[in-house]
Amino acid sequence: MTDTGSPVIEAKGLTKRFPGVLAADAVDLTLHRGEILGLLGENGAGKSTLVKMLFGVYDPDDGEVFLNGQPANISDPGDAIDQGMGMVHQHFQLVGPLTVAENIVLGAEPRRGLFIDTKKAADDVRDLSERFGLDVDPDAVVEDLPVGIQQRVEILKALYRGAEILILDEPTAVLTPQETDELLQVMRELADSGVAIIFITHKLREVLAATDRVAVMRDGKMVGAAVTEGATQESLAELMVGRSVVLQIEKDDATPGDTVLEVANLRVRDDRGQMAVDGLDLTVRRYEILGVAGVEGNGQRELIEAITGIRPVQDGHVSILGHNATGASPRSVASMGVAHIPEDREKDGLVGVYSIADNLVLNRYFEGGMAKGGRRQFGVINRNAEDLVARYDVATPSIQTPVKSLSGGNKQKVIVARELSSSNELVIASQPTRGVDVGSIEFIHQQLVAERDRGAAVLVVSAELDEIFSLADRIAVIYEGRIVAVIPAADATREEVGLLMAGAGAH
Amino acid sequence: MAVATPARPTTSSRSTFNITPWLIAAVVVGLLIAAWSWKSGDTEAVFGRTIRASAPLILGGLCGLISERSGIVNIGIEGQMLIAAFAGFMASSYTASAGTLVSILLGIGAGMIAAALVGAFMAWCAVTLKMDQIIAGTVVNIFAAGFTSYAYIQGRTQAGYPQWTIPGLSDLPIVGKGFSQGPLTYLAFVIVVLVHIALYRTNWGLRTRAVGEHPGAVDTVGVSVSSLRYRNMMIGGALAGIAGMLLIQSASVFNRGMTNGIGFISLAVMLFGRYRPFGVLGAALLFGFFNGLQSQLQFRQALDIPPQFFGMIPYLLTVVVLAVAGLAARPPAAAGQPYEKG
Ligand SMILES: Nc1ncnc2c1ncn2[C@@H]1O[C@H](COP(=O)(O)OP(=O)(O)OP(=O)(O)O)[C@@H](O)[C@H]1O
Ligand SMILES: [Mg+2]
Repeated sequence: MTDTGSPVIEAKGLTKRFPGVLAADAVDLTLHRGEILGLLGENGAGKSTLVKMLFGVYDPDDGEVFLNGQPANISDPGDAIDQGMGMVHQHFQLVGPLTVAENIVLGAEPRRGLFIDTKKAADDVRDLSERFGLDVDPDAVVEDLPVGIQQRVEILKALYRGAEILILDEPTAVLTPQETDELLQVMRELADSGVAIIFITHKLREVLAATDRVAVMRDGKMVGAAVTEGATQESLAELMVGRSVVLQIEKDDATPGDTVLEVANLRVRDDRGQMAVDGLDLTVRRYEILGVAGVEGNGQRELIEAITGIRPVQDGHVSILGHNATGASPRSVASMGVAHIPEDREKDGLVGVYSIADNLVLNRYFEGGMAKGGRRQFGVINRNAEDLVARYDVATPSIQTPVKSLSGGNKQKVIVARELSSSNELVIASQPTRGVDVGSIEFIHQQLVAERDRGAAVLVVSAELDEIFSLADRIAVIYEGRIVAVIPAADATREEVGLLMAGAGAH
Repeated sequence: MAVATPARPTTSSRSTFNITPWLIAAVVVGLLIAAWSWKSGDTEAVFGRTIRASAPLILGGLCGLISERSGIVNIGIEGQMLIAAFAGFMASSYTASAGTLVSILLGIGAGMIAAALVGAFMAWCAVTLKMDQIIAGTVVNIFAAGFTSYAYIQGRTQAGYPQWTIPGLSDLPIVGKGFSQGPLTYLAFVIVVLVHIALYRTNWGLRTRAVGEHPGAVDTVGVSVSSLRYRNMMIGGALAGIAGMLLIQSASVFNRGMTNGIGFISLAVMLFGRYRPFGVLGAALLFGFFNGLQSQLQFRQALDIPPQFFGMIPYLLTVVVLAVAGLAARPPAAAGQPYEKG
């Protein structure tokens, strides 16, 4: 469906500098009507920066943008919207306490006299959601909705403003496989109706399934382009990283040892007071990786938070190396040799305004020579940071850079570096590679397997079947707060696990 | 990577109507009736004072509400009220020759403009300079106290405000005295309704509620976060200005430090009202009632207790409310943080 007339959008020489980083370096980009362009690149390559310049969020330091052959003057998102652009941002831009309809019409409210025409707003949203097959309830309050539906609201927000050019920055990072497939379907329908789409993702399967053309960035530069037809995951990965990447990690068979973590009949409430973990049992042993597979929101978060001492346990038992760890404090759990890579890295894993060096010692600033008599030893702390930044290949101008200005994947590496650099008995990793590029996924997976081979027990929670199948020795499927099946990975099929995740094994 | 808005406990916190202050108000009404059958004169006087004392709290609370709903924590309400009272009094006083009505209207206008300008100053600190908002508010409070005492000229007078007595209603038992008030007092109650409608029915209101929760969401749909915040700080300031003029309405003269903590109590009113206009109304009435009660008790010297003890009541109540209601109120998520693009 690609039409080769004059491009709807053409960027020439776009450049953006941040303190210490050239985030975009004379980048060119063209996009035609009805075309889906996949924008690939490692974490920190500058993909988000590039599209934010197109959308007017950042002012480019240099370069020009043409829309339909005319020089465009876009100085803020309002201009971009007026000229037919819509963007779904990498981080949700939704107002939690407002309704779906309110979020969608915000800034372009239908009015009757002085007042918002709430009825028309709801009707418009209903029409739109029917037309594009994006099912939402206009009156639902956004913060009560699962992330998949929130993502639909984001897309509807762009479509409501009549977007002809749609920019999607990692829209699938938090979606389940089914939700992703639906979204890819919607994208194809939009493209067929003439919308031009820029689609950023780290998942090569999606690139192959949905795009017409691919553009690849590295270190702020456009380094490659390809037509999707004929490309393979391996060829794309190589374009991105500049070397061949192992997509399916090699590992020996597990030889499980003693039990390290034992969870029995655990009950945990979620933030709303519902029993999110409801009579759950599992064990993890030395020299094995247990993969907990499940659609998000089935109690994974509460399970991990209860084990690590962040969330109170209602009932049941947790023991680590035979010691009772039920309801123990986070520090005492950590001192039993438990590493925790949390699901929400911004909220639970890092302090954004602290430097990389400080974030790398958050779990041990008080020990190992990091502090003497209450005084922090910056020599030791900085040496630790230099060492970890080099070993874990964190891309940053300096160890004193605040963590919040790192790209998503590099933030994740900081957490992995901190958690895996002390010797652990148990490693708990929640969605360890969400939003992380293929090269870093390979790296993080290797680290987790190395922990297993060293003798740690590893518990990986993931909504990503690829990740579960690549890492796990045993697969435990979680559904509505219980483990509904435990299968040796060697005997499991994707279909079987997929069905169990959808609830086929319950009752 | 997209991160979902973390789920927060939100029991009843998003409905536009908050029952707690109203329940308390109902109890108060019951007590009022009981008290009236016991001492009718005092009770009626207390009611009249309740209405009068709650009006500036209503407007102060609404000023705080509009600021904080937009994402700026405004602790400078006290200073805004004081500057408004000063500017308004001076304006009325110097234009006395133009006639009572004109000079009073000019005074009200000057008070509103002065406080709105102070609001703009705080917006400049918070939005443009990205300064700590608590410090900006403190600067305003200190400046207001210092400047108005320094510039104040002893002995000036202004025309008194009229008293509007509503025929019929003012003859009712118990509540009658509530219907014999200055015009600005009635205005305060009307403004509650206006702010409620504006906040929940207009696009200004939708954007205001959004910008205090998630400014990025407002920015990315093409609405300027800074101009919205500037505008709202000025609107809030104008309301605080009327609150300041309410003090002039009852005293007919400017006094040093005449706000006497009302701007701070307004913050407690806003919190107790859970950032909702009618919540603010209920909370202000409650505070106003205790204020009316303590001044009646002081006035009558009814009990053999030093009057200063009664004077403490409203402040004690503030402490209690801040401790108890402060836990329950959910402030707008982005309140207090400067907005960074991207
Ligand atoms: N607001 C900012 N301030 C300072 N540096 C920034 C800012 N935004 C991005 N950067 C830096 O610019 C570079 C490019 O970041 P960008 O977010 O565009 O990467 P990305 O390709 O989208 O990565 P990811 O796949 O992790 O989302 C990174 O080095 C990042 O640290
Ligand atoms: Mg990005």
